[in-house]
Amino acid sequence: MAKTPSDVPVEPGMPQLDFTTFPNQMFWLFVTIVAIYFVLSKIALPRISAVLSDRQDTIEHDIARAEELKQLAEDAETSYNKALADARIEANNIVNNTKLEMKAELARKIADADLQIADRAKESEQKLNNIKAKAKSSILDVANEIAIDIVSKVSPGHIDEKLIIESVNQKVTE
Amino acid sequence: MAGQTSGAEEGGLVFHPMDQFRVTPLFGDGPVGMFTVTNVTLWMGLTVLCIFLLLVLGTSRRALIPNRIQSIGELAYGFIFKMVEDVSGKDGVKYFPLIMTLFMFIVFSNFLGLLPGAFTTTSHIAVTAVLAMGVFLFVTILGFIKHGFGFLGVFWISSAPLILRPILALIEVISYFVRPLSHSIRLAGNMMAGHAVIKVFAAFAAIAVISPFSVIAITAIYALEVLVAFIQAYVFAILTCVYLKDALHPHH
Repeated sequence: MAKTPSDVPVEPGMPQLDFTTFPNQMFWLFVTIVAIYFVLSKIALPRISAVLSDRQDTIEHDIARAEELKQLAEDAETSYNKALADARIEANNIVNNTKLEMKAELARKIADADLQIADRAKESEQKLNNIKAKAKSSILDVANEIAIDIVSKVSPGHIDEKLIIESVNQKVTE
Repeated sequence: MAGQTSGAEEGGLVFHPMDQFRVTPLFGDGPVGMFTVTNVTLWMGLTVLCIFLLLVLGTSRRALIPNRIQSIGELAYGFIFKMVEDVSGKDGVKYFPLIMTLFMFIVFSNFLGLLPGAFTTTSHIAVTAVLAMGVFLFVTILGFIKHGFGFLGVFWISSAPLILRPILALIEVISYFVRPLSHSIRLAGNMMAGHAVIKVFAAFAAIAVISPFSVIAITAIYALEVLVAFIQAYVFAILTCVYLKDALHPHH
């Protein structure tokens, strides 16, 4: 539009209705449309379509890969948890077993100790009985001597010692 | 746009809002013949160049992670592809390159036409009429090839009461043949009107008192025109898809 109105003869009306220019416009429009159509259908559109589907494929592939990795991570977590649970159970078992063993050991030891205590008690009882028996005989001896002395002092002469001992024994055992 | 001020120097305001639409030879001053290289040639060539830059050079890296230009190209591709798929159905996808061609041509022509001093090829009824008639003929012939005379079922609305059907058929036939007219005039009219209005406001800028308002008005209209440039290309493409759908599935 470099030309000023004074340079160009001004035609009245709309240039759109100047039919002398129609063949020119139609011709160049035809050329243009054909050119654009070939550029688009032969080069641009297949290329863009390929790029878009490539991208779609890549995204889908990446998502699938991520899914896979996620699955792996989940598997690892489950096996870890399983191992943890197993270890816990084992630890519990060990603790329980140990407890049982210790209980059994304790019971055995207690039983041993009871036996020993019973032995000792028997022994002591025996000793006590011996001492008791000894004491009894010595008491008897002392009593006999005293009785003989008393009898000999009361009635000097013949003393029937056997009789005295007999009667003393009788009295003491009563 | 500088041409307007020289007219104002002579005294009164001189409006030449339609001069921007003149088809003139690029070289010399001869008559405009069929094969003359004109401003139409130049701006259509620039349209092809821009489409080539965007969709071919822009995507030449075939990058998995696109840069900006490639993103825009992919966006345009996805936008039109989805539109064809949604409106025309799965079997319409075969004609996607055609609709993409129409859309890219119109959208780039419209935007290039918004450059100051540019020539807007899509503001000419000769251009849009050829496009619309092309779509009309293509769709009609395709309909008859695909369905034979069954394609006429597009006019016979089987869901309507039987009495109304002949009347509706008449209306449908009329509206069918008006399609290329409305299809082409909508685009050319929108383009022409917006550009002419900008030119008229620009002519008013010759008066010093009015010029600030004139500049503001031009800015506002220009913003509107940017919107219109895209919307009209979109409308043209989506209507083509609708017509294509009628040809592929003529039974309502």
